Amino acid sequence: MQYVVISFLCLAILLYFLLGGADFGAGIIELFTSPKNRSKTRKTMYHAIGPVWEANHMWLIIAIVILFVAFPLIYSTMSIYLHIPLAVMLIGIIARGTAFVFRHYDAVKDQMQEVYNKIFVYSSFITPLFLGIIAGSMLCGQIDTDPHNFVQAYIWGWLNFFSVAVGLFTVALCGFLAAIYLIGECKEEEDKKRFIKKAKFMNVAAVLLGIVVFWAAYSEGVPLVNWVFENPVGLTAVSLASLSLILLWYLLLKGKTKVLRILAGFQVTMILLAISYAHFPNFIRLRNGDAISLYEAIGPEKTVSTLGWALLLGSLLILPFLGYLFYKFQKKEE
Amino acid sequence: MDDFLAARSQMALSLGFHIIYACIGMVMPFFMAVSHYKWLKTNHEVYRNLTKAWSKGVAIFFATGAVSGTMLSFELGLLWPKFMEHAGPIFGMPFSLEGTAFFIEAIALGFFLYGWNKLNKWFHWFTGVVVGVSGLASGILVVAANAWMNSPAGFDYVNGQYLHIDPIQAMFNKAWFTQALHMCLAAFTATGFAVAGVHALMILRKQNQEFHYKAFKIAAVFATIGALLQPISGDISAKDVAKRQPAKLAAMEALYHTRKPAPLLIGGIVDEKKKEVKMAFEVPAALSFLAHGDFKAEVKGLDQIPESEHPPVAVTHYAFQLMVGIGSLLVLLSLTYYVNLWRKKAIVDRRWLLKLFVAAIPLGYIALEAGWVVTEVGRQPWIIYGVMKTKDAVTPMPGIAWSFYLFTAIYASLSLIVIFLLYRQIKMVPTLYSQQPQKQ
Ligand code: HDD
Ligand code: HEM
Ligand code: HEM
Repeated sequence: MQYVVISFLCLAILLYFLLGGADFGAGIIELFTSPKNRSKTRKTMYHAIGPVWEANHMWLIIAIVILFVAFPLIYSTMSIYLHIPLAVMLIGIIARGTAFVFRHYDAVKDQMQEVYNKIFVYSSFITPLFLGIIAGSMLCGQIDTDPHNFVQAYIWGWLNFFSVAVGLFTVALCGFLAAIYLIGECKEEEDKKRFIKKAKFMNVAAVLLGIVVFWAAYSEGVPLVNWVFENPVGLTAVSLASLSLILLWYLLLKGKTKVLRILAGFQVTMILLAISYAHFPNFIRLRNGDAISLYEAIGPEKTVSTLGWALLLGSLLILPFLGYLFYKFQKKEE
Repeated sequence: MDDFLAARSQMALSLGFHIIYACIGMVMPFFMAVSHYKWLKTNHEVYRNLTKAWSKGVAIFFATGAVSGTMLSFELGLLWPKFMEHAGPIFGMPFSLEGTAFFIEAIALGFFLYGWNKLNKWFHWFTGVVVGVSGLASGILVVAANAWMNSPAGFDYVNGQYLHIDPIQAMFNKAWFTQALHMCLAAFTATGFAVAGVHALMILRKQNQEFHYKAFKIAAVFATIGALLQPISGDISAKDVAKRQPAKLAAMEALYHTRKPAPLLIGGIVDEKKKEVKMAFEVPAALSFLAHGDFKAEVKGLDQIPESEHPPVAVTHYAFQLMVGIGSLLVLLSLTYYVNLWRKKAIVDRRWLLKLFVAAIPLGYIALEAGWVVTEVGRQPWIIYGVMKTKDAVTPMPGIAWSFYLFTAIYASLSLIVIFLLYRQIKMVPTLYSQQPQKQ
């Protein structure tokens, strides 16, 4: 059962990254859209993510619940040492979620809309930034469980070049995912062109920031290169991602959009796989060289097996409906 | 403000905020489903508009409920890491099931809100019902988790270690049923009166009378039935507390000394230093009966409980008085309503009755918050009753006070915006739904 639980944890994180990421990305794209195109972008976006955004964010909750039920030590370590970035991320989530709904449901459309928009786009940027920072800090090995002072315990653990680089990289990936997702949702040719341009831009940004991440890893002593390149799975994943990148550009230039989504999702999955495979099952690396591993931190057996069953049964209930929801609202325009 | 107090206040604030949205998310779908059903059956335009108007309100609340709930699942760890480290695997079961329930709720809501004219009409109606049922289920599950903190079960605590963990047994602890029952009724009562009151106000203002009267009737049925059942369920809860947590019961009644038979206090000013209550009205032997079903029974006072395990008495006592006081008022209001219905009076013309409903808008929610204060403050100093003290669970990070100020500011502004939005939504009802009902 522990494998079921771990798989679900990985799946939840992955899906949150892909679906929630596309969702954040929509805000990021809005941020980088010239004011005159904004309202159009917004419309397309609302149609695209309105019906599903609530469900997208459930994956985060699933991941958190799995963490605190089955991996309490990981949850409590993160909660203590990454308190500040988690809190910032939470504020981002609150601001974003509420602004998104408020701006749509405000019965009077006046200058309040501008306020909601501002909150929405900035929090769409900050939330994945800090999400990335948190992910980066777990790999970075700067979390100090035996700290001497406040700054060491609660700041340096996450505020470092590597984590911030991962944060920015995450933002770019989200923007990229969203652009690709939105291309498929456009009804007008002109709209589509704009999103293709955005996708290109975000893709370049992601690649550049990816390079920055490697640089940061090098300067912070994170053996990222070893993880990715000295391991057959990591290597394959990266190669596949790069190869599909070429295909993606080809399709983008040709304006063919059918397989783009799958391709983009595939790439991001491969990137996550490449980064996490080599040091799996270690989840958090600590400053003293130790790591908290999923296998070791796992909770009592009975809890894990009950959780496993709950997840399996739950997904039997959920997945068909979720699939139908996506299907129904994809189809609606045709 | 010291960090421990700040952490407790932040937790209380977040929960107190979340519960309002959660209750609306739990209850409004049922109102909508009733109105929706009537629309499908009678083809009466008003019901469709009502369903739509309500569903917009619900969407606003749902999002706020969802983000504040997401907050909470992090905050449990951010503020109480030691508690979660040990309790997570034990009381996590309801949370993981709750995850499923939320998921279904979110998906069904997606169908419901965006499914007008796209889905088969009965399937569409059904998705609305699913939203309500899964919301209610998730409420029950979380309350079961909270009940575990009051009545720990499903593990053996040996030398500071938590052994033989059984999450199923933990979920079905002794308190879950009474608490969940009382909570669900409270959700219906509080939301019902709030919604009925708002529509009563609009009737008084003579706006869209038909629309608001239909809305009022639906909400009032739920509200009044809830209110009438609430004292019965509250009595079951009280008996349960007397058995499980004598310290909490003693604090609720500010019973400093063990008495046989014990009187029920109404009102009164608690002096925590001198350990006495001044100016209270005593109903002889009533507490013995309420707590143990026997007018002669002994009721344990705080003198039988070590000083270090006393909950804050004044807060618990006042909160309990407030809840029961409001509960009784709402019962009276409900009875008055039924008497008027029974005598076939046109409610629309009974302006005083409508005014009473307007006055009751906040009451249910005040009672609900007060009830939670009773439960949670009355559990102090324990976070897991009898097992772990709250102060041993708090995060080692200093500076929580700042986080508390920040979150207070955020919650305050969110509440203001939500009120502002609803005000606008209601103000727009005439333009949105009367002149051009075909639109949208
Ligand atoms: C509309 C709200 C509302 C109303 C009118 C009442 N209650 Fe209540 N009460 C709640 C809302 C609530 C609550 C917020 O839902 C609580 C907090 C925890 C819980 O399970 O329910 C609660 C808790 C609670 C508890 C503590 C349970 C525990 O700690 O396990 C008792 C003993 C009562 N109630 C008793 C009553 C009585 C005798 C009432 C008579 C009128 C009453 N309540 C009306
Ligand atoms: C939504 C309704 C709820 C409200 C309004 C509420 C209210 C409160 C209040 C007032 C406190 C502070 C008590 C004090 O420190 O004196 C508190 C503490 C706390 N509550 Fe609740 N509570 C609710 C439900 C829950 C649930 C469902 C859980 C968990 C499953 C929970 C977990 C906690 C925890 C962990 C604390 C902090 C530790 C403590 O003070 O004992 N609460 N809550
Ligand atoms: C008595 C206390 C509580 C009740 C009755 C309750 C009930 C609910 C309900 C009905 C919702 C659905 C949102 C809506 O429809 O507006 C919700 C949302 C949520 N609640 Fe609570 N809740 C309580 C306390 C808590 C606590 C203590 C936690 C954290 C551990 C929590 C976590 C969540 C989460 C994560 C969501 C968002 C899920 C979504 O997107 O639908 N809740 N809650």
